Amino acid sequence: MTMYVLAAVLFGVGLYGLLVKRHLLKKVLGLLILEHAVNLFLVEVGYVDGGSPPIRLAGETAAAFAGGAVDPLPQALVLTSIVIGLGLAMLMVALSLRIYERYGSLDADRMSELKG
Amino acid sequence: MDFVLYGLTGFVILGSIAALEMKSLLSAVIAVGVVGLGLSIVFLLLGAPDIAITQVVVEVIVVTVLIRAASRVPAETAPLRTGRTRTLAGAGLALVAVGLLVAAFQTLPAFGTQRFAPALWYLEQATELTGAANVVTAILLDFRAYDTLGEATVILTAVVGALAVLRRPSRRKEKSHV
Repeated sequence: MTMYVLAAVLFGVGLYGLLVKRHLLKKVLGLLILEHAVNLFLVEVGYVDGGSPPIRLAGETAAAFAGGAVDPLPQALVLTSIVIGLGLAMLMVALSLRIYERYGSLDADRMSELKG
Repeated sequence: MDFVLYGLTGFVILGSIAALEMKSLLSAVIAVGVVGLGLSIVFLLLGAPDIAITQVVVEVIVVTVLIRAASRVPAETAPLRTGRTRTLAGAGLALVAVGLLVAAFQTLPAFGTQRFAPALWYLEQATELTGAANVVTAILLDFRAYDTLGEATVILTAVVGALAVLRRPSRRKEKSHV
């Protein structure tokens, strides 16, 4: 349970950054932390105590391997999620830089005042 | 083992708070790097070496890009500090979210006690069906290959989008405008 709570706290920290910070790059950092928290939680759900990585060793029987390995399915999906997170971060940084070039500011609060 | 995990995750949480509260943008970006790399060790301890490796690679790229972005904007372009009411309201909302999450987690089986049924099927059958010793890659590249194709499409779209956003307008066009 403690590990789940720690993932929830990490989620809370990311959410705090996203809500409170005015600097756009800080908001990006908050969203990255939020992503990390969700990935961590999904990997935790697939974990079993004393579990080995889901990689079968040479000469290991299928039954022995299935008995001791952790859940591979969340891992495969988190792998996808991490890589998509990279694309998302790139796009957000590019947009922030463009906004800075256009408005001369990265302040999210002023962004709503500056139109056109 | 448990305490190592708790310690590392606590370290990751401290790093993320530091990343958000640092006065210097560059230090904040480096603190986010600490978060990602600490998390990759946690993934390794949770039996996920594939994710740990990917996390390291992705974190290095993200930190490099963010450092480049942080060094391109002057430090005082936007306030890094926020007002007291807003900070308290945001922290309160985040606390409520954490409370709701923890309440929802009570319905899950306790950490590390059981796996879901599909896990056993994949672990028993994947090696025979696909010939891959690593079940995670068997899922990524065989059972859910279309998912991975979609992932590649998303990455391509993000790169094209970033290029389109960052592209400088050509000179000829500017002249024709004037």
